[in-house]
Amino acid sequence: MMSSIQPKGGVESQPFKVNAAIIGTGNIGSDLLIKIERSQWLKCSLFTGRSLNSAGIKKASERGVTVSAKSIDAIIEDPSCCDIVFDATNAESHKYHSKILHRLKKFTIDLTPARVGKMCVPVLNLKECIKVDNVNMITCGGQATVPLASAITSVNPEAVKYIEIVASISSKSAGAGTRSNIDEFTQTTRDALSYFTKTKNTKAIIILNSAEPPVHMRNTIYALIDNPDVSAITKAVKNMAQRIQKYVPGYRLLYEPVFENGRLTTAVEVIGQGDFLPKYAGNLDIITCAAIEVAEHYAKNLIYERSKSA
Amino acid sequence: MSRIKIFDATLRDGSHAVNHQITKEQIRDYCLAMDEAGMYTIVVGHGNGLGASSLQVGLSLLTDHEMISTARKYLRRSKLGVYMIPGFGTIRDQLIPAIEDGVDLFKIGCHCTEADTTKSHIEYLAKNGKEVYGVLMMYHMASPEKLLEESLKMQSYGARGIILMDSAGASTIEMVQSVVSLLCENLDIKVGFHSHNNLGIAVATMYAAIKEGATIVDGTLAGFGAGAGNCQLEALIALLQKCGIKTNTNFYKILDCVDTVMPKIMNHSVSPDSISIVSGQAGVFSAFKVHVLRAAKTFKVDPRDIFMEVGRRKAVGGQEDIIVEVAQKLRQQNFHRQENYQIEALL
Repeated sequence: MMSSIQPKGGVESQPFKVNAAIIGTGNIGSDLLIKIERSQWLKCSLFTGRSLNSAGIKKASERGVTVSAKSIDAIIEDPSCCDIVFDATNAESHKYHSKILHRLKKFTIDLTPARVGKMCVPVLNLKECIKVDNVNMITCGGQATVPLASAITSVNPEAVKYIEIVASISSKSAGAGTRSNIDEFTQTTRDALSYFTKTKNTKAIIILNSAEPPVHMRNTIYALIDNPDVSAITKAVKNMAQRIQKYVPGYRLLYEPVFENGRLTTAVEVIGQGDFLPKYAGNLDIITCAAIEVAEHYAKNLIYERSKSA
Repeated sequence: MSRIKIFDATLRDGSHAVNHQITKEQIRDYCLAMDEAGMYTIVVGHGNGLGASSLQVGLSLLTDHEMISTARKYLRRSKLGVYMIPGFGTIRDQLIPAIEDGVDLFKIGCHCTEADTTKSHIEYLAKNGKEVYGVLMMYHMASPEKLLEESLKMQSYGARGIILMDSAGASTIEMVQSVVSLLCENLDIKVGFHSHNNLGIAVATMYAAIKEGATIVDGTLAGFGAGAGNCQLEALIALLQKCGIKTNTNFYKILDCVDTVMPKIMNHSVSPDSISIVSGQAGVFSAFKVHVLRAAKTFKVDPRDIFMEVGRRKAVGGQEDIIVEVAQKLRQQNFHRQENYQIEALL
């Protein structure tokens, strides 16, 4: 039904774009900004942070986007500026922002590991997520590994005893927010693993690698499974990876599931699109791609609802 | 009073050497034998610290709580210490329970360029009145200036000292001298060193660090530890005695523990064997050895080639998952071999 609403002509003439504000002008916020510019359904109506001197704010100003140094207050002062809010600050700030955004009735997409709202992995639960008012994008490591863990578990859920993931990212791609939220990262990723795979025993590890040139984002998924059906698991994993590639183009399996040393192992690499940071920052790309996927889905729905009531 | 403080890492680093299978009885026997030997702290736990028991680096026989509470019962004189790397463990899940279990001293570590990932943890412990030290792992991978910058961050968070870890045993004597002297000149807090014996100089590098002003000695009895092992404390103590540097330790008690307790904990003696020398030369985290040997067997490739390739990729501590991928790739390449790691090793 929604496919009937296609933008006519170029992006400029698209009359149905939904306004989105971004709070947080660091790596994640700036990457979102660039991706929104490419979107047929979204327009960045406000880019707001704490300092007018940040690299992200300068980039946004150059592109003619409205900027502010008042952070969330800019939205409080002009609530009509947007329908969607991306929060790319940090877990502590989001806990405060979420209450205000709830009161202002904004569809909020949280890219911090605050885990206030419903945990979302687009390939697994997109439809349910646009019905709530606050969606949490878990973590970059969560977006990369939870769907594969879910595919592995789907083959024979009862046989899965334990799941563990390791995300290694380049130091250069980890901004101040990521670094100060390292505890929230591991805890939220682990919670998401348990929630989506229904496996109680899970663990998440994050490693920062400072090698030059910077390394690509790399994720390993381990599972302890009684008598694993490796070929069925491989099929499920490859299928899942293909579905993720639809919204994260640089997502690719490093090797198919292998059973070695009593554990099932597979690994995936994420190469970024080189939007705000170079291609090594696949960790940035995967979480912003996932957030855009949610926002576009919400926007398309909103446009459809509005066209019906118009 | 001696200015040297010995941080006894035997049970912690030795954990790597026995696949993290240290038992309660071994912890008890060790603590009973060593409590009055003059160690400033005895550190227990998984080789990679609290919260590190995992398929990635190895599952531990005992939980962190079991290890800590066992040691707590037998330590009166020496402080009970633990190690933690943020990214493996968290304040909520590991540090708070450890405080409740009565831990006296905390070492918070990270890869040598990532000090800001330890900020919340060091600050939390310092604010709660706990004795906390910062650890910079794989120190051979950063310049002296960078190491000073990272140490200054940890000092500002509230660390009482900085311990440099030569986690790959890739140090030369000159590297230790230049880094330790720079840190001692510019920090207001203590400087410590933790050496690995891959190139057969762990006692010598520790001695060099002390001569440059290091006052924290982080080593193990019998050199028990990952890969080629650590600085052998009993040998170092004897050397320091000859050089007129006091350690205020009970030397015979330490030797008795080496002779009576250590044989019950160690299932093999640690030494710079061929594989460990390659590991040190390649600059790879020493604890990778077990995983490399296993992958070499599974994928039928030369473990030395795995080390050289992992080193070339600049893997950091905790990145054991890269080993399986490297081993698989090497196996595929073996048919039309492009790399000659032996030549590379000699360059």
